[in-house]
Amino acid sequence: MKWKKFAFVFAVTAALAAPAFATDLKIGIGEDPDALDPDQSRTFVGEVIFAAMCDKLVAITPQLDLIPQLATEWAWSGDGTILTMTLRDGVTFQDGTPFNAEAVVANIDRSMNLPESRRKSELTSIENVKANGDLEVVFTLNAPDATLLARFAARSGAMMSPTAFNAAGLDFANGPVCVGPFKFRERIQQDRIVLDKDPNYWNADAIHFDSVTYLPILDSTVRLANLRSGDLDIIERVAATDLDSATSDTGLTVAQSPGLGYAGITININNGAGADTPFAKNKLLRQAFSLAIDRQALNQVVFNGAFTPGNQPFPPNSPWYDQDIPVPARDIDKAKALMLEAGVDSVDVALTVPNNPQSLQIAQVLQSMVAEAGFKLTVNATEFATMLAAQTAGDYQADLVGWSGYVDPDANLNQFVTCAGGINDTKYCNPEIDELMSAARASTDPAVRKQNYDAARVILNQDLPLMYLYHSTWIWAMDKGLTGFVPYPDGLIRLEDVTKG
Amino acid sequence: MLRYIGKRLLIAIPTLIIVSIFVFSLQKLLPGDPILVMAGEDRDPQVIEYLREKYRLNDPVVYQYFYWVSDVLRGDFGISLRTNQPVLTLIKQKLPVTIQLALMSMIFAFAIGIPAGILSAVKKGTLTDYIANIVALSGLSIPNFWLGIMLILFVSVRLRWLPASGYESPFVDPLRSFQTMLMPSFVLGTAISAALMRHTRSAMLGVLQADFIRTARAKGLSEWVVILKHTFRNALIPIVTLSALIFGELLAGAVLTEQIFTIPGFGKLIVDAVFNRDYAVVQGMVLCTAVGFILMNLVADMLYVLLNPRLRGQS
Repeated sequence: MKWKKFAFVFAVTAALAAPAFATDLKIGIGEDPDALDPDQSRTFVGEVIFAAMCDKLVAITPQLDLIPQLATEWAWSGDGTILTMTLRDGVTFQDGTPFNAEAVVANIDRSMNLPESRRKSELTSIENVKANGDLEVVFTLNAPDATLLARFAARSGAMMSPTAFNAAGLDFANGPVCVGPFKFRERIQQDRIVLDKDPNYWNADAIHFDSVTYLPILDSTVRLANLRSGDLDIIERVAATDLDSATSDTGLTVAQSPGLGYAGITININNGAGADTPFAKNKLLRQAFSLAIDRQALNQVVFNGAFTPGNQPFPPNSPWYDQDIPVPARDIDKAKALMLEAGVDSVDVALTVPNNPQSLQIAQVLQSMVAEAGFKLTVNATEFATMLAAQTAGDYQADLVGWSGYVDPDANLNQFVTCAGGINDTKYCNPEIDELMSAARASTDPAVRKQNYDAARVILNQDLPLMYLYHSTWIWAMDKGLTGFVPYPDGLIRLEDVTKG
Repeated sequence: MLRYIGKRLLIAIPTLIIVSIFVFSLQKLLPGDPILVMAGEDRDPQVIEYLREKYRLNDPVVYQYFYWVSDVLRGDFGISLRTNQPVLTLIKQKLPVTIQLALMSMIFAFAIGIPAGILSAVKKGTLTDYIANIVALSGLSIPNFWLGIMLILFVSVRLRWLPASGYESPFVDPLRSFQTMLMPSFVLGTAISAALMRHTRSAMLGVLQADFIRTARAKGLSEWVVILKHTFRNALIPIVTLSALIFGELLAGAVLTEQIFTIPGFGKLIVDAVFNRDYAVVQGMVLCTAVGFILMNLVADMLYVLLNPRLRGQS
């Protein structure tokens, strides 16, 4: 009898205790992601989810070196047009489908040919892709493309289960299946996305949570308050203005990493009626405008000094940054002299900015700075969808824009400044720049690429179709008990080896 | 009564059609292109053209409206351009949340606004009246987002009594659901209670001067019977009208409150959908809230009949 009683008590205790061991990690994210399908996805925050759900062929280190993930090794042919990848053995998708060369071919095929795929423009250099046996994939390119490997470290290289996407089609976004540490459980739009640990994941030993819940909380102050109250374990994109208060909280750890992108002013050089201004026609005026800006002060006033002032598409600590063209100091006299040289003493410029407090603040700071050199800056605040449509149509003079940035330098520059660039809304066109950009893309030698980018930088720094202002810093805050978090410049949250104390 | 309800519902149909035409055209008048937003950073022209065709955005606007109506009549509200989720699923996810928030807010509003209104009418010109008025004015003038953030900082961050934000379904975890809804419904409720209090007060004051109240007092009825049974009941009509309107408004979502407490209700979804030009979502949600509004007005009309015997013959 006594034994039975003991067994009963033991069983009940065990049953009650079991859920207590299940650890869930709660992550506060800055917005609600769009479609959870790596081929259809277009938001940054979607990538945050994929970092825990969908492994890529290639991974990056915090120093931006490319390292193996689902591909264990790769080699280029001598002329740079054939890429051979060896795949990780013994890996299965979250639905049990084996991961092999056939699956990779199906994935690349979907990314390139699904009509809704947002990855097409990233993979245009691929002529064809073939499976060679079970674990080898051969990519044949139509021209050398040094950017391809870095693309495989992002959404273009995310591996989804062909069984799942063939069955679900576009509905795959509502039940994604990949190879990755966590598998999809549920999503309630604007409320939560819940993932469960995949016990069959090839690197499951490095994962120390049974589930992870992403909660979109738009207001960064509220996100921080939720972390402080213990409702969240980690939050992304802490506002620069909250950095001091987060750092001084003894219950929190703060992690930072300089980002890959930039913020700046896109100037309409030759895009329709909006380009019919002295500012568009005369580069001296743009140079004067740039010299009238105190980038250091802008960073201090708007971002409490947490970001990095910039003048190039890559931050000053990037290996691609041209050290010969440092961030210019403010020089009102020189700016005025340039205005004089251009034959004017006052110029009207209309700057369109997204309608949010931070962008408005930047615009106001700029307004007062450039006024001293003789620029009458009008600030038009508009919401994003309208601004985007107007910019594409050429219905703007200058836009304040941000670019989240990519691992490969090509993605921060090429499409914006080449004559046929898909997102070249300035319609700036210079054959010399096109040549340099093509040469940079064609070489797999970083030194040769850098040489071309530097040469282009000299020209672009004179012509200034894009005027860079600063580079944001990713700031995460987390509960003190959380250890093992590694900040990455791409801003994603990777959960390998992260533990909750 | 049933005939009356049936008639009212029939009248609702043209209202719904007008609402849907209105929302549809307003959306189309907005500058900005949903496909450009959806196309992603690279804005591949091939993808843009494909999506335009797929969502029939190249067709004339009038055609687009009729496509939408015919789909809705077949029970297909379309899918969200942004997330690929069916609009009907979104409505099913959000409606219970919105109704729960609306109901709890109304409970707070009634609990504060009506007693305060009665008290300030009965004690007109006394200190109680002034205090009630000051409280009501503060309720009206304190912005929701400020009160919300203050409550989060004090109750959640400092005292750690309630969760700072988020939502849980009452069918999954009733206690947690109640806890997460407490602060947001209080914030919404206080603002509404102020309006309710003012209306209750003025309605009560009007009735208190009526002859039948003097008669009731002369009969020797106790003061509380006079106030609650004779005065308050007669003052209820404007209160019911106001409550139905407010409840209808709450069904359209409470954008700021939802944003601060991260409650996945209608308000947040509609605002996001408008910003993303997610046409199908905006249309579906507005249609749904319009139905809610019409239903609430019908309920109010039926309550009038219940409250006022003189109206019974007319229905």
